Amino acid sequence: MTARPSRLREKAEVLDTAALDRALTRIAHEILEKNGGAKDVTFVGLRTRGVTLAQRLAAKIASIDGASLPVGTLDITLYRDDLDMIGAPVVRATDIPFSIKDKTVVLVDDVLFTGRTIRAALDALIDLGRPKMIQLAILVDRGHRELPIRPDYIGKNLPTSRREAVAVRLTEHDGEDRVVIEEPEEA
Amino acid sequence: MTPERHLPMTLLIRGGRVIDPAGSVDGVQDVLVENGKIARVGAKLAVPQGAAVIDAAGMWVCPGFIDMHVHLREPGHEYKETIASGTRAAAAGGFTAVCCMANTQPVNDNRAVTDYIRAKAESEGVVRVYPIGAVTRGLEGKELAELAELAEAGCVAFSDDGKCVMNAELYRRAMEYTLPFGAPVISHAEDHTLAHAGSMHEGVVSTELGLQGIPAAAEDVMVARDLLLAELTGAHVHIAHLSTAGAVRLVRDAKARGVRVTAEVTPHHLLLTEDAVRSWDANTKMAPPLRSTRDAEALLEALVDGTIDCVATDHAPHALSEKEGEFDHAANGVVGLETAVTVLIDRLVRPGRLSVATLVSRLSRDPARLLRLPGGSLGAGAPADLTLIDPDGAVTIDPARFKSKSRNTPFAGWAATGRPWKTIVAGKVVWECPPK
Amino acid sequence: MGWTRKDLLTIRELEAAEILTLVDTAASLQEIATREIKKVPALRGKTVVNLFYENSTRTRTSFEIAGKWLSADVINFSTTGSSAAKGESFVDTARNIAAMSPDVVVVRHSSSGAPALLARELSCSIVNAGDGAHEHPTQALLDLLTIREKKGHFEGLSVAIVGDIAHSRVARSNIHGMKKLGMTVTVAGPPTLIPPYAQELGCKVSYRLEDAIRDVDVIMMLRLQQERMHAGLIPSLREYSRYWGLTLDRLAAHARPDVLIMHPGPVNRGVELSPEVADGPYSVILDQVSKGVAVPMAVLLLLAGGRSGEAQAQ
Repeated sequence: MTARPSRLREKAEVLDTAALDRALTRIAHEILEKNGGAKDVTFVGLRTRGVTLAQRLAAKIASIDGASLPVGTLDITLYRDDLDMIGAPVVRATDIPFSIKDKTVVLVDDVLFTGRTIRAALDALIDLGRPKMIQLAILVDRGHRELPIRPDYIGKNLPTSRREAVAVRLTEHDGEDRVVIEEPEEA
Repeated sequence: MTPERHLPMTLLIRGGRVIDPAGSVDGVQDVLVENGKIARVGAKLAVPQGAAVIDAAGMWVCPGFIDMHVHLREPGHEYKETIASGTRAAAAGGFTAVCCMANTQPVNDNRAVTDYIRAKAESEGVVRVYPIGAVTRGLEGKELAELAELAEAGCVAFSDDGKCVMNAELYRRAMEYTLPFGAPVISHAEDHTLAHAGSMHEGVVSTELGLQGIPAAAEDVMVARDLLLAELTGAHVHIAHLSTAGAVRLVRDAKARGVRVTAEVTPHHLLLTEDAVRSWDANTKMAPPLRSTRDAEALLEALVDGTIDCVATDHAPHALSEKEGEFDHAANGVVGLETAVTVLIDRLVRPGRLSVATLVSRLSRDPARLLRLPGGSLGAGAPADLTLIDPDGAVTIDPARFKSKSRNTPFAGWAATGRPWKTIVAGKVVWECPPK
Repeated sequence: MGWTRKDLLTIRELEAAEILTLVDTAASLQEIATREIKKVPALRGKTVVNLFYENSTRTRTSFEIAGKWLSADVINFSTTGSSAAKGESFVDTARNIAAMSPDVVVVRHSSSGAPALLARELSCSIVNAGDGAHEHPTQALLDLLTIREKKGHFEGLSVAIVGDIAHSRVARSNIHGMKKLGMTVTVAGPPTLIPPYAQELGCKVSYRLEDAIRDVDVIMMLRLQQERMHAGLIPSLREYSRYWGLTLDRLAAHARPDVLIMHPGPVNRGVELSPEVADGPYSVILDQVSKGVAVPMAVLLLLAGGRSGEAQAQ
């Protein structure tokens, strides 16, 4: 996630509350389908909203399948490549209170853009343990990949221009569930 | 410093503001110099045949300034300064005479060293040099130096400056012994047991910076002692580099009681305080240290009311390597000859905290009087030593342009108005301000 | 608040928000010590030079481990056997090190102000690991981190710092930090070991241990050095420990039951602390030691992490 330009205005709504929920439900089913069930599946969420999405997915899987899957938090500040860093790093806690060795880790993030964040997350996960498999669940894929990273589960494909920003709002943080595209005010 | 015969022996300094406290003169006058002496001071004097003329309109014309506390470092520490470079620095600072302290290598505690200094000054110096002899042999504070011979050799005062004579009995005897010579004992008043290992003033700043402090009492204790010894013996004691309000009070009370005490203060103690040390720049480190604001204010008040008799720079050159490192390891002292006049005019005279006449007196008449030196006035027959000052000249203090070999000044980069313009010794211009 | 300073020289010049950034970052980095692979690539390709003029195995190894866990290249420059031992001046040594283009120089020196000199001479980041009696920022950050972990907050806590305050850089840094974070500090010890104008640092002054430790949340005991006795500041270690040493019965008589006892180490058991107190349940001394790598990691990361050049905005 790159820094936002200072003045943005909402251009269009991409997912409303109901659509966001349906997307997550579908992804939860896809995770179970792809992995043949919930066995050895774990979630690791990135940054703040990735963690929330991971918690929601875990809750949905619990209601579909009954399995209670663990959710960890990953801060990738220590693994970013130089180009991603703007100013001094702000490090938040990484907390993965379960072993990921030989597990399937579903990495969860809100927006997939250049792919550099996910690249850093892969490095971190491999340092933290030796998972059997890492899969990627993304709510919104906005294109403009700079590295060969592809998600396994996508909520919505959303072609955007570089000037635009994608804002994922979740009730736990922003008071509402919506995904919108924003553009610079000067446009 | 022999006057060169091919130069005109007559000089007319025309139209400057002549400030001569000894003669109660302060106004636009002309000064006529003949054969190395002041011939006349008067309005609109006629230009004699063959005279050189200096047009001093807008300038101050003062009796030559005397710095009675200078370390010329020769013999022994010529890498810091020599008599040649130090006197050139003096001239560039507007000083026509300096008194050089005895803490050379070897110490000036015997006639051979005094003769050496005087000979060097004669052949290589450009201003007058008056040596100060040591009080004790080797400055060790144990045995008296041969003070009578030092006086005969031309020492104008005695001092162990750099160190304090800690033994009160010995110092008493020194004061008594020197009574007939008419030369004062100059005290570096610092109780070494109270001051030892300290590198700055003991106060709020030293506590914050975690530096060992030197309490004001280290000076006050010795000033009190020296005043009482002077009172006991009837000797003239001169307190060097006064730095505390407490010492000011002691000197003032002693003078009121009739004790023969005089005192000097440096420009840096008047203008800077312990806060300057926060920069960790060792050019703010000297003995005695920069003190509190209250002390600086008391020192200025005393300079104005005459409790402090004169300004003396304690010009203490040190090599860069001795001043650029850790604060507590750095050498004590700063140069002062080339900055004194400028900073005092800009920071004290211009804002009206010190009058021009008082400044001139404290730099010329008063040091001459207390050391009984020729000079310090522009009366007829006085030596033609003059300090000409450009009161409106702007300057930014740049140590790289010093004539001194050393650059250790706390005033680097100061922008100021008021600067020396020409320095004249025995009727000869020994320095003039370079044209822009 | 983002960190923007080039150097970490003192706690005194920091804003409360900057202190919290350091403490929070250190807290986040603590988990790295629990990983199997104790390495993150954040400072890969950066060079950290440890320039220790004073012996300190603990602080130096903390910075060394911290740098290595962050994937930096760490060079230890100790002064014995180096050109400094042969008389090379501090400033010349600094210039020689600058020629190696380090990203960070961590310096400990017995002269107050030495790191400030380096910061002026060198364009890389300077970390003060202790200068004379002036400041020891990382120790104070460590202490603050420990206090917050045990007490949950800073604001409103009361602290007594007992011992040779006059010669203590740990005391000074802690006083500045604690004040900015809303704590009240009392310093205590024999009058000869309390610096003049101590209250101007922002603390209260007491000459009696019993009064100082009454009702405080934290008691920090400082190490007493043998030299103070020889310098005529105290008559004997025996007298010092009788009147200002912390023992179980003094604690029981005057201090709160939930009081935290801290000591920057190493402890002189029997002088400032009785062995029962040093090793007893009140004591968090070992906890302080375990955070000793997280704080240097946070400092190195904030100074040297991020885009080189542009990140170091003044």
